[in-house]
Amino acid sequence: MTPKKAATSQSPKIGKAQIALLERLSNAVGVSGAEGEVRKIVMAEIKDLADDIKVDALGNVLAIKHARTEPALKVMLAAHMDEVGFMLVEGEDGLYEFETVGGIDARQLPGKPVLVGKDHLPGVIGAKPIHHTTADERRNVIPVDVLRIDVGNENGKKIHPGDRATFATRFQQIGPSLVGKALDNRLGVTTLIELLRHAPAHIELQAAFTVQEEVGLRGARVAAYALNPQLAIALDSTPAGDLPSWDGEESPRYNTKLDGGPAIYVADKGTLSDPRLIQHLLRTAETYGIPCQMRQPGGGGTDAGAIHKARAGVPVVSVSIPGRYAHTAALIARLDDWQHTLALIFHALQDLTPAILDTDRS
Amino acid sequence: MAELKEFLKKILSLPGLSAYEEPVREVIAEVWQPLVDEISVSRIGSLHGLKRGEGPDPRRRILLSAHMDGIGMMVTGIEDGLLRFTEIGGIDARILPGTLVTVHGRRELPAYIVQPPAWLLPDDQASGRTVDMKYLFVDTGLRAAEVADLVRIGDLISFAQSPIDLTSDWVAGHSLDNRASVAAVTACLQELQRIRHSWDVWAVASVQEEEVLGGAYTSPFEIRPDLAVAIDVTFARGPGSPAGYNTFPLGKGATIGWGPNIHPALYESFKTLADKLDMPWHDDLMPRMSGTDAMAIQVVAEGIPCMVLGIPLRYMHTAVEVVSMKDITRTGHLLAQFIAELNVDTMKNLRWDDES
Amino acid sequence: MKSLIKKLVEAVGPSGYEGAVRDLVKAEVAKLADDVRVDALGNLIVRKGKQRSDGLRIMLSAHLDEIGLIVTHVDENGFVRFTSIGGVYPRTLFGGRVQFLNGAAGVIGGEKVDSAEKVHALEKLFIDVGAAGKADCPVKVGDLAIFERPMIDLGKRLVAKSMDDRIAVAVLIETLRKLENSPHEIYFVFSTQEEVGSRGATTAAYGIDPDLGLAVDVTATGDTPKGTRMAVKLGGGPAVKVRDAGMLSDPRVVRWMSDTAETAKIPYQLEVLEGGTTDARPIQLTRAGVPVGCLSIPCRYIHSPSEMVDYSDVQNSVRLLVALLSNPIHLK
Repeated sequence: MTPKKAATSQSPKIGKAQIALLERLSNAVGVSGAEGEVRKIVMAEIKDLADDIKVDALGNVLAIKHARTEPALKVMLAAHMDEVGFMLVEGEDGLYEFETVGGIDARQLPGKPVLVGKDHLPGVIGAKPIHHTTADERRNVIPVDVLRIDVGNENGKKIHPGDRATFATRFQQIGPSLVGKALDNRLGVTTLIELLRHAPAHIELQAAFTVQEEVGLRGARVAAYALNPQLAIALDSTPAGDLPSWDGEESPRYNTKLDGGPAIYVADKGTLSDPRLIQHLLRTAETYGIPCQMRQPGGGGTDAGAIHKARAGVPVVSVSIPGRYAHTAALIARLDDWQHTLALIFHALQDLTPAILDTDRS
Repeated sequence: MAELKEFLKKILSLPGLSAYEEPVREVIAEVWQPLVDEISVSRIGSLHGLKRGEGPDPRRRILLSAHMDGIGMMVTGIEDGLLRFTEIGGIDARILPGTLVTVHGRRELPAYIVQPPAWLLPDDQASGRTVDMKYLFVDTGLRAAEVADLVRIGDLISFAQSPIDLTSDWVAGHSLDNRASVAAVTACLQELQRIRHSWDVWAVASVQEEEVLGGAYTSPFEIRPDLAVAIDVTFARGPGSPAGYNTFPLGKGATIGWGPNIHPALYESFKTLADKLDMPWHDDLMPRMSGTDAMAIQVVAEGIPCMVLGIPLRYMHTAVEVVSMKDITRTGHLLAQFIAELNVDTMKNLRWDDES
Repeated sequence: MKSLIKKLVEAVGPSGYEGAVRDLVKAEVAKLADDVRVDALGNLIVRKGKQRSDGLRIMLSAHLDEIGLIVTHVDENGFVRFTSIGGVYPRTLFGGRVQFLNGAAGVIGGEKVDSAEKVHALEKLFIDVGAAGKADCPVKVGDLAIFERPMIDLGKRLVAKSMDDRIAVAVLIETLRKLENSPHEIYFVFSTQEEVGSRGATTAAYGIDPDLGLAVDVTATGDTPKGTRMAVKLGGGPAVKVRDAGMLSDPRVVRWMSDTAETAKIPYQLEVLEGGTTDARPIQLTRAGVPVGCLSIPCRYIHSPSEMVDYSDVQNSVRLLVALLSNPIHLK
């Protein structure tokens, strides 16, 4: 074991293979409640990385990598597989009314290409020609119920109401950035796969690839109950709202900043992170010289919101990779932020001991 | 069916507001008693009927959940003998003025919901617009002193509308949401007397669905079923609910739910079975949450594969909801036949479509 | 009891950071309890008694936490932007003083508003900690603060920043002190994170698995000029909750509580609260379900820095709890 330990004390790197995996995951379609395509990729990737793998009643993938030393802390890492998207609800001959699944701003929809159904049939969300609109009309948001997904009359035979759809955006690496439709949270999923690959020997790593996060943290709730961890970390993607303000003044609101490194949560709508875990992450970042930032306390939430309330309670913290334009056709994240996130969690796990629970939560 | 209709009309005539289900529970228990092997009441009032299967121990379990609680009102204040009130469950204030109700005080008092004239209301409650619930009164016709003796804060107010036979098939009344589904589960239990089944069947008349999904969070924790079906009413087409993907023709079959609350393999099984039985049915698309007990049941403990069946109903959450008896019996039949098909391999075959 | 109340309400413990209050309570209950432990979410769980054959396992819950503020940003000039922890009304903030957990203090100022009638939205307010710039600002993103306000004793009535819910914490401690003989195994839970959704009580209840749950919390009143219409008043005795916006009490528990009050000749009121909820909500939905109720202490100006309770209501709450817990319970 000793030589191996020396080799893994270096944090794993994001290379071509990891980016290629992220690309496949980001391009896969996995709207909340229909995560099958993503699950299939995950299952194939982790089959040799964990000691015990199962798919539960909701479709979560629960993978356990046992510790090779005792006593082992049971640590749950959660990353949700689902993404926001659409469900076709009514229509025929290739024109469909649809509903959004998860938080999508209706202003993001008109004029976008989409992928529909299991076969990823191409479709578009059209809009009324500007010629037929008035200035007044153009100021109003087009409500979702008047929009349609158009796949053309021929392909209309291959799909039907109940099918899911997503934005069609293909993954791209542009300079320092990663662009994709579902980087929230395939970035977290890919990170979790890498952490499973480089699991520390002294921890029982419980990797939960969860479902239905975007519709209410539902997968994480049952996953945490089943795994019954001693502490947990949710890995997610969080908005970076660090754009210039209209008047050029310093903005006090940004949530996180791109290039600021992994974002550590203190408080969001669903969770007040355990201060012991926040401190552990901050110490780890300082020790290894990993840049990180505090996510601005406020709304939003992660799987941690469900996990910490499981059974008699679980100390939790969330760490997210910042990304601009979450829940739109294209999320933009930085490769460096991803790399630093992986490094931070990797080292935080390496240095984690049961002693962290010796003192009561402050 | 005549017998089932009488049972339904009987439970429609009983109060059973969320958290106060006892009166209706007692009658359901009486009817279920001879149909099941064991009957019990959960710690917060849900009714559990266990009908054992013929399979060897340990048998798998299916849970059928139909909430028995209904919407209604509660007294919040007493002024000059008139009662102020708030809602239990979601009620549109527009259906209230002029409604006959029962106030459950020290004794049952007939009363009407009344709307004060505009000059007694704040300016923003002007005539011609809806008067908010908090400005409406319940008038028992009794003098203030008598009301003070008979009524206390927190007393219940229930709709007093008795059931109406609109046609031989259509029934109108209050609390058809969700006593219609209780009747469907009862029909299922009746059919199970005549057919063999290997799984244990847990029929649950759940509590507090309209408020906190109380029964749906708790009974499955105790029962730990392998599968669960929530049976609830869904929107029938009619005045106020025009054609759309989420409304269904009344009397033309039950609905089979599809969405995140539903296990896709169960959806397929029910669909295939309904076709095999030559029974009309409709897809009830639930892109996000189902708004039924399944929302809670699915996430109890380690998670439970769920299905949602719907019975189309008009004028939901009014005192004159309308359902078709045919849709109720069809739903019961579909449930019973599904149960008959459950076997030792069912769970093994319950796969995700991405699983090879 | 007033000195205990003063100590508790002046302690600092916003949701998620209840440690200081918990330590105070721990010291008070140490000699009275059979077992004291702290769980994963920081709940203080104090057991008294062992279940007799005619007794139940009972969970009482009074929350330790109070509403507060959390830093979201420190600007170039050292002004501190913040958001709320729990239900903070912006109209109670401007001009108020805050105390940070790290000892720093500050006052709340706001951007210029168009009209003096207008209330500042939360994001238009900031805390001035007296810093000359970002560099010498004593607080950083993620630091928490509470509303600084000493208790005042008006004789019959007491006013303080966190009567919600330290007054109930005091009531539970006093009940523990006075309870001499009970057939029940009673868990006095001093819960955390109630103000952000009763998260502490959720996990404490799971761990305890009680037969019966009672939250002890404050409730609003309808006894102020042109206030909310509500049939609860200060000085009318503890309120037996029938329902609130998030929970319907178990009718059997309501009957048991009101019958006990009547038998013991303790004044009480029936409560229907149309906004807000308590720890009883998650307790009811724990595991296979738990019959629950709530004993409420009437309180004016809830979630302002000056919450007011009536001292006789407080004392009667202790009397009622002792009466409730001293005998076998048969819910019907």
